[in-house]
Amino acid sequence: MLPLISAAGITLFGLRRPRLAGVLSVGAAAGVAVLSLLVFTGTPFGEWWECSAEWLSVGELNVPVALRFDPLSLTMGLIVAWVSFVIHVYSLGYMRGDRGFGRYFAGLSLFLFSMLLIVLAGNLLVLFIGWELVGVSSYLLIGFWYQRPAAADASKKAFLLNRLGDFGFLVGLLLVWSKTGTVDISELECKLALDPGLLGSLATAAGLLIFCGVLGKSAQFPLHVWLPDAMEGPTPVSALIHAATMVAAGVYLLCRVFFLLALPGSAALELIAWVGAFTALLAAVIATQQDDIKRILAYSTLSQLGYMVMAVGASSVSRPPVAAMYHLSTHACFKALLFLGAGSVICAVHHEQNIWRMGALGKKMPVTFVTFLIAALALAGVPPLSGFFSKESILASVLESNVAARHALFAVAVAVAALTGFYMTRLVAVTFFGPERTQIAGQARESGMILTIPLLILAVPSAFAGFWGIDSAYASQFKGAAVEHAGVFGRIAAAFTHSPVATLWGLGAAIVGIVTGLAVYWNAATDRLPEKLGLVAGWARNRFYFDELYAALNEATHEFLSRLADGVDRWVISGIMVRGVHGSIELAGRLLRLTQTGNIQIHAVLLGAGIAILLLIVLQH
Amino acid sequence: MTVGLNHYLAVSGLLFCIGLAGVFFRRNLLVVYMCIEMMLAAASLALVAFSRFRGDLDGQVLALLVISVAAAEVAVGLALIVAVCRRGLKPTVDELAGMKL
Repeated sequence: MLPLISAAGITLFGLRRPRLAGVLSVGAAAGVAVLSLLVFTGTPFGEWWECSAEWLSVGELNVPVALRFDPLSLTMGLIVAWVSFVIHVYSLGYMRGDRGFGRYFAGLSLFLFSMLLIVLAGNLLVLFIGWELVGVSSYLLIGFWYQRPAAADASKKAFLLNRLGDFGFLVGLLLVWSKTGTVDISELECKLALDPGLLGSLATAAGLLIFCGVLGKSAQFPLHVWLPDAMEGPTPVSALIHAATMVAAGVYLLCRVFFLLALPGSAALELIAWVGAFTALLAAVIATQQDDIKRILAYSTLSQLGYMVMAVGASSVSRPPVAAMYHLSTHACFKALLFLGAGSVICAVHHEQNIWRMGALGKKMPVTFVTFLIAALALAGVPPLSGFFSKESILASVLESNVAARHALFAVAVAVAALTGFYMTRLVAVTFFGPERTQIAGQARESGMILTIPLLILAVPSAFAGFWGIDSAYASQFKGAAVEHAGVFGRIAAAFTHSPVATLWGLGAAIVGIVTGLAVYWNAATDRLPEKLGLVAGWARNRFYFDELYAALNEATHEFLSRLADGVDRWVISGIMVRGVHGSIELAGRLLRLTQTGNIQIHAVLLGAGIAILLLIVLQH
Repeated sequence: MTVGLNHYLAVSGLLFCIGLAGVFFRRNLLVVYMCIEMMLAAASLALVAFSRFRGDLDGQVLALLVISVAAAEVAVGLALIVAVCRRGLKPTVDELAGMKL
């Protein structure tokens, strides 16, 4: 509740008082972070409890505002709260002096509140409310610099695409409710556990409809185009949206309703796995040819989310989606770190975002450089950083999955791992090494304390989260067997012994990617890849023309609809209804006019005839 | 042969039909007028006949009323015909086509 109060407070009082707004918002975030830690440690391992209040009672539908604290939501809540807190602090520095300082923090607080609502929601309806609130607040934050047309367009795009997905989610929600009569998560799970055939043939449809919401929120293909555009928002917002929160909500939802997706006879999971794999590959290829530092990170987020979605899809009842949540958690840390690092770089080079205009920043910005490097290596999956463990568990889960074509899926996953290594190397090599390509890059200085301290804080979990056993916290949710390991070396060793094939392939792919990246981009003055790859590079550079395709599609649909509406208007409404009525009355009038000759005697005859007919009718009855 | 109700009614109907035909087909306004009077007279005759054979006076009273109304109507109608003539028109129905649309 704290962030909501803070958001309301800032909106009411703080819009013109930046200092108050900042203190209020950061205070709320800190409170949430501390509370989440208290609740996390206060709840016995592997148990769950709920608190709820009566809210809506219509007929048989009874919807309380229920908050659910179980291992899944607690761990997720902890990560959300802490990453958000760090980003709040970072924002204090990054947004200093902006005219919309108060507005910014109001949006940030609202965002945090709605995200926590999603995470802690005890029933699907409350979750949906949080879901929509996240959409609204992301709209506010992406379009924060609303004077820029690009930002305004991006926020509109994000909002509309999200709405598209949310609609599917809502329909799926109603479907589940109409079939089972409940929206409460634990009740639903009980009912479905007792009677797996309850949804009948609609199980796949319900699963896929809910997945529609995930498509929008987690920016999976084909609704992925909003996320890179969302980079128009302030950089901390990008970090918040891309790291712990908004896009993660989709994967979180999949895990939340996993029991629904994994119903016997439902084909939803397999489709989900392929959508995830396709998104991962597509986004990774695009990422190799982007020049904007934030866009590279955005596409890498897309690709990692595809990875997680794929991991969820590759899970089954006996192998719950622990790997996806694990990767989600570690990704939250190092992706937030990457974005905040990028923000620090962008600040240092006066809001230049093209990496080919930077270079040699490593020596001038040591803190940013080191933390960024840690995060990039974690993303690429280099041991012993956190990303290595989670990526390894995803690869292992894909290899062991029940999906029919799991080897193809695994090949895609490995390819994505290699591409990830490649584009992250490209990013780091071009930005931090090589020659100073422009004058502003030469004049760059390290950012201030308020920007670097959050980087340092986030670097800790990015590097070491693999040793904390986050996966066993998640595993306790699903009653799956958690692999317990003691000690640092035990964990690294376990990664190799648990599923050596997956680990070795993943590691090999990462190394191949990094080495190729270094070979191509070390001290490179320009991007040499387009000459070598030709067409593919051009396509990747232009994001495979998805935006253009969608625009054309939109236009065609629009054109068709308006033509249809025009036709209906012209022929049916104006033609038949208006002119038809008017015409038929006029015709009748013209005909009747012929009888009005003015001759009294004809009138009299007609009168007489009328009376005669009337008499006839009356007398016959 | 005794004269019964049917005979009276037959005469009345005949008179009415003659009057109606006159109204429908004659051109001269005066003749049309007289035909209207004839139809009224036919109606009055039927009323009186009914009254006579039912044995009460209601019909006769009604007939008197009809006669007085007819007298008033004739006065108005003749005045109108005079007015038509004064405007220099021939008193025929063909001249009075002002209701033509």
